[in-house]
Amino acid sequence: MAETKKKKSDFQRLPVEDKVMTSIGYIILGVFCLAIILPMIYIVLASFVDPVTLQNQGLTFDFSKWTLTAYKRVLSNGQIWVGFRNALIYSVLFTILSVVVTLLAAYPMSRDDFKGKGFFNLIFMITMFFGGGLIPTYLLISRLHMLDTMWAILLPGCFGVYNMIIARTYYQGIPKDLQEAAEIDGANEMVYFFRVLLPVCTPIIATIAMWNFVGMWNSYFDAMIYLNSASKQPLQLVLRSILIQSQPEPGMVADTQSTAQRAQLAELLKYATIIISSLPLLAMYPFFQRYFDSGIMAGAVKG
Amino acid sequence: MSDATSGGAAVKRGGGTLQSTLLYVRQHWQLYVLFMMPAFVLTIIFRYIPMGGVLIAFEEYNPFRGVFGSEWVGFAHFQRFLSSPDFMRYLTNTLKLSVYGLLWGFPAPIILAFLLNRVLSTSLKQKIQLVLYLPNFISVIVLCGIVRILLSPTGLINMLLGTSWNFMTMPAAFRTIYIASGIWQGAGWGSIIYTAALSNASQDLKEAAVIDGANILQQIKAVEWPAIRDTVLIQFIMSVGNIMSVGFEKAYALQTDLNLASSEIIATYVYKVGLLDGNYGFSTAVGLFNTVINVILLIAMNEVVKKMNDGKGMY
Repeated sequence: MAETKKKKSDFQRLPVEDKVMTSIGYIILGVFCLAIILPMIYIVLASFVDPVTLQNQGLTFDFSKWTLTAYKRVLSNGQIWVGFRNALIYSVLFTILSVVVTLLAAYPMSRDDFKGKGFFNLIFMITMFFGGGLIPTYLLISRLHMLDTMWAILLPGCFGVYNMIIARTYYQGIPKDLQEAAEIDGANEMVYFFRVLLPVCTPIIATIAMWNFVGMWNSYFDAMIYLNSASKQPLQLVLRSILIQSQPEPGMVADTQSTAQRAQLAELLKYATIIISSLPLLAMYPFFQRYFDSGIMAGAVKG
Repeated sequence: MSDATSGGAAVKRGGGTLQSTLLYVRQHWQLYVLFMMPAFVLTIIFRYIPMGGVLIAFEEYNPFRGVFGSEWVGFAHFQRFLSSPDFMRYLTNTLKLSVYGLLWGFPAPIILAFLLNRVLSTSLKQKIQLVLYLPNFISVIVLCGIVRILLSPTGLINMLLGTSWNFMTMPAAFRTIYIASGIWQGAGWGSIIYTAALSNASQDLKEAAVIDGANILQQIKAVEWPAIRDTVLIQFIMSVGNIMSVGFEKAYALQTDLNLASSEIIATYVYKVGLLDGNYGFSTAVGLFNTVINVILLIAMNEVVKKMNDGKGMY
């Protein structure tokens, strides 16, 4: 209540033309927020409506037309659980690997006295602008016998130059006194890095970890070209066949009588699939939110 | 004396002599072996070896004979691609998607940041930000799934319009769908960097402007725009430099057989002709063509930045 009062008085103190401007601004922001939220609410509601009703008359609040069929069918299908399991394994492993490799490499690069810094810098920077492209990378993965193994999607992208630059910049912002004190106490590089530096870098570690996790969880291209076995597919590939190719897992629609029925059901399964697959990241959203501020810092480095 | 300063002194004293370098490496071997090695090895294997692999753009690649055993064809693949009628289509599709995407998508986060900056209540501002950032965490597949549902002939949009258009099969609709859904998903998150820059705007300057009777537009012109101008400029230059690197994932997920006239871009073509049809050499040539243009653009943009930085120094 105090909040609204304060806002009101702030607003009322503005000159008339500024009041108009501010109101217009609020309206535009409000419309944008609605444009984000309304489709989401629509999908949530529609996922409960009987497929025939949904196709003929759209959303209805006649609850006798509501059904949990879609959810039951999606959740009782094995492939989506396989997808969840694989996505979790890949994302966790990728996050650990990439955070370790990136944080380690950023340390020498952050030291003024590191010999060969220019060389390594050049080697890394070139990869940001130039690459072999799709086929040469694919042929390499194939030659390394990594096709249809998870290493094909974990290793090639696991060292991110951009993340390394962010971590390096963060290290450089840590007072040098800390390092000098540690060295006077007889700590070597390893001890300084693990015992002194990393503990004060948790915000940036969490930020990089969050981005790598979300990035791996949400991507599908590498998995699409490198992983063939159904048992190795991550969630996004399973979603792709349901949402984009409109090919639900056979078990989900097997018992339907006609093609028309099957098509309607396949449509409804999409709604439920979207909801179910989005829940894990949405559940983590409040946790991620704590690191948006350090995300701002990362963005500032980019700028 | 600390290690770091003595090391720094050694650099100055010894210059680049081999002996001092070797001494340094021996004293600090952990930096090389434990810290640098993993990233370095990964970069060499997964970034540099494929760079050598672009040689197959100049040959009729035969998987059994390898890169060095296959028959060399020189620039034949490039000639074939550049002279094919499809070349212009893929190139213009790629360029239109990114140029229009830039024209519409670039101002959106800046406008949002200005608007957010004018929200008087902090708690309301945080709630709005929470909503604006949310779509950024939706995957490409789910985003395109939502788009397809809403735009299907029996979907919500057609129901509201009382029509039954099949938007996903219309080449004319593809770019609008791609760009609008991109703004829907990314504008909020993109505004973070400008919001941060705006929060650095001098509060004193703004208060002085208010006391002088400046209205909101005058305040934006005199105080807020100068605070974010550099950020806007750098972001814009980086976007222009990346104009040829339109992402594969979203374009491919929004493609249907019927909208290919506008939705087939170089990235999706490289995938289809290379991995699906098995024309390794030709596909690599097309990809290399794209990369080279991108590098040229980036270098050109880098020069622009350098020029402008010099200009700034003159003030």
